[in-house]
Amino acid sequence: MNDQPKALSEAMAAVPVPMAMLAELTHRCPLACPYCSNPIDLERRSAEIDTAAWIDTFRQAAALGVLHVHLSGGEPAARRDLPEITTGAIEAGLYTNLITSGVGLTEASFDDLAARGLDHVQLSIQGTDASTADRLGGYKGGFETKMKVAQWVEREGIPLTINAVMHRQNLDRLAETIELSVRLGARRLEIAHTQYHGWAYRNRAALMPTPEQVARAGEIAAEARERLKGTLVIDYVTPDHLSRFPKPCMGGWARMGLVVTPSGTVMPCHAAATIKTLAFEKVTERPLAEIWARGEAFTAFRGTGWMQDPCSDCDRREKDWGGCRCQAFAWTGDAAATDPACSLSPHHAEMRAAAVTEASDAGTDFEYRRM
Amino acid sequence: MTAEPAAVETVLPDHAIPVLPRGVRLRHCSVRDGWFLLAPERAMKLQATAGHILGAVDGERSFAGVVAHLAEAFDAPPERIAADARPFLIDLANRRMLEIHR
Repeated sequence: MNDQPKALSEAMAAVPVPMAMLAELTHRCPLACPYCSNPIDLERRSAEIDTAAWIDTFRQAAALGVLHVHLSGGEPAARRDLPEITTGAIEAGLYTNLITSGVGLTEASFDDLAARGLDHVQLSIQGTDASTADRLGGYKGGFETKMKVAQWVEREGIPLTINAVMHRQNLDRLAETIELSVRLGARRLEIAHTQYHGWAYRNRAALMPTPEQVARAGEIAAEARERLKGTLVIDYVTPDHLSRFPKPCMGGWARMGLVVTPSGTVMPCHAAATIKTLAFEKVTERPLAEIWARGEAFTAFRGTGWMQDPCSDCDRREKDWGGCRCQAFAWTGDAAATDPACSLSPHHAEMRAAAVTEASDAGTDFEYRRM
Repeated sequence: MTAEPAAVETVLPDHAIPVLPRGVRLRHCSVRDGWFLLAPERAMKLQATAGHILGAVDGERSFAGVVAHLAEAFDAPPERIAADARPFLIDLANRRMLEIHR
């Protein structure tokens, strides 16, 4: 009789329910890590949405089916209203994870967050000794603060994850990184090879690990994972260019999670703004549920309909979802191309060769992240 | 390294108190119409029975108390409830999503 409602209901049925939201509360950060995953064009304080807008966003996210919220940045503690924001997330019913460098937290402010019901803390470390860590993070005294924060987290009995971004200048310290995580009482360790977007892409000649380093790191991680079973869960993923198949980036575009930036801009992934052909909307301008279901940036690469050869006929198309759209755009200029991290991509050999060349570069100087 | 691996739980005595530790939370999701057990980077969808069992775990009731509570609420034989609940809670303890206080 009328096909339109049916078509609409089918389209709605195809919209997945998101699990997680990354809330980039601010791009301000005392650290200046040269591999920061924030965009080159950092959003300024004047563009940040206010406390009430964040709390409303959490309520909308929970109603949409989001279960986990990651309070991140920049450094989330750089926002003075972090306590109210945290309470807002908890009262919305979200599982609340604080992703922090530790710098900006004090014992009193941390205890306050703990008392409000914070569920989990993810603490970044840049290195395993103060001089290395503080050079990599571009902030003197940072390492010492982190060690204290880890103690406060443990004292409160809040589960702690250590996040260690690895690259050529710290990968040889992987065993020490694992040891430090155990000493700090962490239950999980994310050994995160640098993702080469934004600042990291700018600094890739100083960051790209050698294939030998990566091979050795894989062995160390595998051995430690067995040995530390029941004590420390180790998440380890091989860097893109040395893999045969790409990572299922974000678990598939617009499928599992979403990101809200400091200005309230809603994106399918934290690096999505690097895809210059996409337009984004703000949570202050359109309901989150509509942006998630029908926003142009979300529908662009959701599912498999957008795929081209060799993705479109690939058996793995619903395993790795074509890999990373941002990387595809950066290397080929076409965000719908196969991720060059895939061995089936015509650009794979070029990507791998570039990484090997960059890894052999003796340079160690960084262009540090700055506003 | 000095850390000892956590002990593997194999038994759950009647008098022991099952407790959801800090960082593990039970939540009902109306969008998915189901109960979830949330932990760092994890969301475990629970069967209806599992949801009821964890709903009775309040950090004060002993295992026997949990069983008695459910037996009354669902008018079911305690032995059958214990047979379901015990292995489920032991499994959660081994995933570090439950503590057993003795």
